[in-house]
Amino acid sequence: MGRGWFLPIAAALGFSFLYAPIVSLVIFSFNESSLVTVWSGFSTKWYAALFNDPQLLGAAWLSLQIAAVSASIALVLGTLAAIALVRFRRFRGRTLFSGMVSAPLVMPDVITGLSLLLLFVAMESLLGWPQGRGMLTIVIAHATFCTAYVCVVVQSRLSDFDRSLEEAAMDLGASPVRTFFDVTLPIIAPALVSGWLLGFTLSLDDLVIASFVSGPGSSTLPMVIFSKVRLGVSPDVNALATIIIGIVALGVLAATIIQLRSKPKKPA
Amino acid sequence: MTTHDPTYPPPRRLKPWTTVERGLAKVGISGRMLVLAAPVLWLLVFFLVPLAVVFGISLATKQFGRPPYSPLLTTEEGTVQLTLHLSNYIRLFTDNLYVAAYLSSIRIAAISTILTLIIGYPMAYAIARAPDKWRNILLMLVVLPFFTSFLLRVYALTGFMRGNGVINQFLGLFGIEPLVMMQTDFAVYVGIVYTYLPFMILPLYTTLVKLDVSLFEASADLGARPLRTFLSVTLPLSMPGVIAGSMLVFIPAIGEFVIPSLLGGPSTLMIGRVLWDEFFTNTNWPRAAAVAMAMLVVVVVPIMLLQRAQSSVVEK
Repeated sequence: MGRGWFLPIAAALGFSFLYAPIVSLVIFSFNESSLVTVWSGFSTKWYAALFNDPQLLGAAWLSLQIAAVSASIALVLGTLAAIALVRFRRFRGRTLFSGMVSAPLVMPDVITGLSLLLLFVAMESLLGWPQGRGMLTIVIAHATFCTAYVCVVVQSRLSDFDRSLEEAAMDLGASPVRTFFDVTLPIIAPALVSGWLLGFTLSLDDLVIASFVSGPGSSTLPMVIFSKVRLGVSPDVNALATIIIGIVALGVLAATIIQLRSKPKKPA
Repeated sequence: MTTHDPTYPPPRRLKPWTTVERGLAKVGISGRMLVLAAPVLWLLVFFLVPLAVVFGISLATKQFGRPPYSPLLTTEEGTVQLTLHLSNYIRLFTDNLYVAAYLSSIRIAAISTILTLIIGYPMAYAIARAPDKWRNILLMLVVLPFFTSFLLRVYALTGFMRGNGVINQFLGLFGIEPLVMMQTDFAVYVGIVYTYLPFMILPLYTTLVKLDVSLFEASADLGARPLRTFLSVTLPLSMPGVIAGSMLVFIPAIGEFVIPSLLGGPSTLMIGRVLWDEFFTNTNWPRAAAVAMAMLVVVVVPIMLLQRAQSSVVEK
């Protein structure tokens, strides 16, 4: 169908808009000058500076731990929620439940952050738990909003899969639990992998919620980056950004390939 | 010794899980309840209850101490007293700062959403009409920035739009005076469009890719020009995607904090920033809670619109 030149050009412009700032950031991370936007020669010194910054390394390590734990909690909770929403047609409180699962997707971060902090403070004075704020409270906060994302990803996979496979397993005498582990789980595994990765990157990325619920001494990587960036552009942040973008690009590429390979071939 | 009829399957040994399930069923706990228990409890405690706590604390007043707000319940001579203050809400309506911040947040979010739609729609349409082998690659190119750190993408924009940034250096090659882009509302629009574009493109793509090509052909056969076909066939049919995408941009944009504080100027007033300052700078937790409740009221209608649009995107 001849759609003319408009769509391709619009798409090309759109994609350049998406990628030009990132590309320029990567290029200038190899700039020798500390004036971020004036090119003065190739250098990797900002990368070296990165690995000599204990504050940054500590924050990165903390963020990676938080992301791994909260993505794993969210994987379990989100998968259970998705099963309930797709498989259990009717149950009491379904509307409330589906609302609670999907609302964190769009809830403004400042509200989520503030509400969880106020909860933690109120719980500490009533129950004595959690004591102070730090890694634990950040993990709880991140797991909560990541659950919503995992649920969406798993839900879409669960709703377009062939239920006769599960029915066959049950007819052959497998219990629902057995059926889940032997039949359902292997089929939805790619969705679980992408859900976990999504949760991991979202947790790694969060600044606002973590700022509310973290305590003294538990600054995550985005919090450290934000305080650096607020003071102005710094070339070592460019280097850090390049590393993160590189890792993410590889991860997304891998996830896309896994998803494409595992997709059942459509009948022609 | 038992002999069994070969036409029946051999008796199964009960697996441990089956035993557990039957045991629980006897006490009235079904498998469904077990599946639901963990997510329901978690979301109640860490999503719904916190919102109730915010509401409660919005009715307290600031005081010095830990925690820095007045208790709602006090016991005096054996009787429990409930003290509620409406002062925070009254301030929201009488203090111009808050009213102005809400209005300006809605304005900035609405303008940015429209810009995102104008840029995102042709992209989504182009991807939906692209040949099969291209489509997945293009989709991945849309999703990739979404996974890349939000904060770092906003930061990348600052390097792009600064006084001596890439755009102005480029313009300088043609002898054009540097433009002032940073610390303006314009920079905030660009920031929101830039970071939320994938949220617009994906739901639009989902509805556009399902449209039946024969409808366009029919419209063209009947003599409609491409623009006419677009306005009277394509656009109305893709409305669920337009609404879902717009709400996915509009709702988080209203409460945005990072973009106005890194790209906007001191005069860029947004409610997310006001809440942040109220909490971190003024440590007025009850006031921040009241600001949050009012923000929730503003986003509730868009959230309901989104849910309706999303269910019709999925059903089709």
